[in-house]
Amino acid sequence: MPSFLSVLLRGLLAGLVAGLIAGTFAYFAGEPRIDAAIAIEEQATHSEPTTGEDHHEDELVSRDGQRAGLFLATGLFGVAMGGMLATAYVLLRRRLRTRDDGRAALLLAGGALLGAVVVPFLKYPANPPAVGNPDTINQRTGSYLLLVVLGLVAVWAGALGHRALRPDAPDWQRAAAAVGGFLLVTVVAYTVLPSFHEVPDDFPAALLWDFRLASLGTQLVLWTGIGLLFAALLSWSGRRPTAAAPLPGGEPVGADEARDGVDAPARP
Amino acid sequence: MSSSTPARTLAHPAISARLLWLALAVVAVLSLLTYLVAFDQGAVSQSGMYLHELMHDGRHLLGVPCH
Ligand SMILES: [Zn+2]
Repeated sequence: MPSFLSVLLRGLLAGLVAGLIAGTFAYFAGEPRIDAAIAIEEQATHSEPTTGEDHHEDELVSRDGQRAGLFLATGLFGVAMGGMLATAYVLLRRRLRTRDDGRAALLLAGGALLGAVVVPFLKYPANPPAVGNPDTINQRTGSYLLLVVLGLVAVWAGALGHRALRPDAPDWQRAAAAVGGFLLVTVVAYTVLPSFHEVPDDFPAALLWDFRLASLGTQLVLWTGIGLLFAALLSWSGRRPTAAAPLPGGEPVGADEARDGVDAPARP
Repeated sequence: MSSSTPARTLAHPAISARLLWLALAVVAVLSLLTYLVAFDQGAVSQSGMYLHELMHDGRHLLGVPCH
């Protein structure tokens, strides 16, 4: 097995590249919507009596600066997520019952996308600037982070459900057990955590929808990129003869994990 | 689960205490980075709200709660 450091470096690199690709997607899909939302905000501000010329005087970063900052944000966020994925990979590799390193990496990235992005998004969807209430930012952040954790727990519960059934059970039963475990945790989390409805009634629904699609798309591009690049970089290292040598205690390469993904059947 | 069935161990050796500490340190550093990009309101970065505003578009498009 390659050392933790070499796996980590691959994760960080995959994250940086995927983050910049996601930033490019966000630039084209999301920036026009942010501009539109800011225009609406300014209209609302300017219709009120103002003391100064306009409220841009106190802005710290120009809009052009923020557009460039988008790439800084997605790049650094990608680096952080890529490093987290690589660390999870090293710690969990043995528990992912597949001999294929690339498959293990993709499974983890897919699990992260589902648990840490999709689950939180469906309860706390992204909002454009000028929509949230500043007074609830701490509550919203706390609930959001809790839901990220619970989303990952839900994915883990799904994997446990999948493994709870005998390996020779029909695929549909194992899939149903996985979905059941996942949904159980997700529904409980959604019920327990508070809801926030802070979008103004007069905010254009189409703009909100487009912004949310762009946001979800950004995370989708990010995690797809991290997963694919990390898997590719791992296989690149895996070509060394030492890694390809037969493994003590390893199972013969079979079709079982090709069928099962996460959970190859137990040895007879 | 896999700990009770060592025969299932694949190419990857057991996790040593040293590796665990190393992983913990890496996660801590990356958590701080994530915090600075996505959650800081100027408290930790000591840049006022400069970093917050610089990465504001990214923060919203990454779906993180914000103003
Ligand atoms: Zn903000």
